[in-house]
Amino acid sequence: MLTEGSYDLTTGAGLVACPRCDALHIERELAPGETARCVRCNTLLASPRVGAFTRIIALSFASLVLMVGAVFFPFLEISRMGFGNETSLFGVAVAFSHGVLMPLTVALLATIVGLPVLRAILLVYTLLPLSRGQAPFRHAVPAFRLSETLRPWSMAEIFVIGTAIALVKVGGLATISFGPAFWAFCGLIMVNAASNAFTSATTIWDAIEDGGLATDGREITSETAG
Amino acid sequence: MSEHHAPIMTAHRAGLVGCRSCGRVWPEGQQTCLRCRSDLNPPDRRSLNAVWAWLIAGLIFYIPANLFPMLKTSTFGGLAGNSESTILGGVIELIHYGNWGVAAIVFVASIVVPIGKFLSIGWLAYVAGRPASVKDAHRRLVIYEVVEFIGRWSMIDVFIVAILSALVQLGFVASIHPGPAAVSFALSVAFTMLSAQSFDPRLIWRGLPLRSRKD
Repeated sequence: MLTEGSYDLTTGAGLVACPRCDALHIERELAPGETARCVRCNTLLASPRVGAFTRIIALSFASLVLMVGAVFFPFLEISRMGFGNETSLFGVAVAFSHGVLMPLTVALLATIVGLPVLRAILLVYTLLPLSRGQAPFRHAVPAFRLSETLRPWSMAEIFVIGTAIALVKVGGLATISFGPAFWAFCGLIMVNAASNAFTSATTIWDAIEDGGLATDGREITSETAG
Repeated sequence: MSEHHAPIMTAHRAGLVGCRSCGRVWPEGQQTCLRCRSDLNPPDRRSLNAVWAWLIAGLIFYIPANLFPMLKTSTFGGLAGNSESTILGGVIELIHYGNWGVAAIVFVASIVVPIGKFLSIGWLAYVAGRPASVKDAHRRLVIYEVVEFIGRWSMIDVFIVAILSALVQLGFVASIHPGPAAVSFALSVAFTMLSAQSFDPRLIWRGLPLRSRKD
């Protein structure tokens, strides 16, 4: 165990490297509300927030509930000259289910439904014990790493903007009305944005480590007894 | 940040390697980060091979994405005409109907952004590790961050095609089906995202002169 402020240039203990520019910084425990930025490129290094874990868990559950609504309720309805059609989110993805376009169906369902759900579950799995001050679950490390890898591939918000543009495109052709799923999806975007704002990867890695997992004997302790 | 005048010590220069996923620093030669279990790689120009490979794959798929139709529309059972529109054709059609705003969004998302991304990633990979001033390095990092942020938004055109095809199924009156370009466009976007993700931004700072630096 290390005491705060001490570091070793031969092993790298007690140091933090900026992921963007490789500049070395001396590791320090931040108080909630503080923000650490790289001295060279200003990249955000860590920003612990009060009650962040509990909030991320709550937001993850909220996004799961909203996703259930978004998938099963009608998404959009269209009508013209007595012909009508109603589609759910599932219907949108299955639009590509003919022949060569089939794999795109799978990819679309994954990016708009699968990955947001999976990320919510992974975050709950990682943070639930930590928020109660208990030791993290056994697979917390790969779970949180997967959640971070999948972050750019979860495209729910892009989908909603796409919906808005598609509606303008068919606006002249037919009458369109929104189903409850559309509003659930809009709510989902807000919830995900809030959850991302509270997620500071470095803080979560520190918490997993302090919680007793992946211990390499290098976590910082506040006591000088180390 | 810019008021900082002491030379910056980097993990690489100190003979260490930093973890790009959690920031922990390890002795050079360590293969995986013991905290977050991700692979450790020193900032090395060899990692640019992956960037080029994904970028070329993305470029290749961008060609059919523009040549083949994105949407196939038939109105009144084909009596009022069947039309197949490519990406550019769709934009022109929107302008015809006076939807300037939407035309601009689609044009930017599916033509300006992808081409800008190809050029930016190619340029970043070309100049990575070459001599640069501190100001250059900061500008390159901004370009990298813009590319990284904007990359996924190109997928919007694929979503629009999916929504239209699912929604506009009014039998005789009008129906819209996706064209083969949708798949190659989606792949092109995915490959360019992978290309941007494989780029190691630490290389941007490798070319800075060692002496008389003011960063």
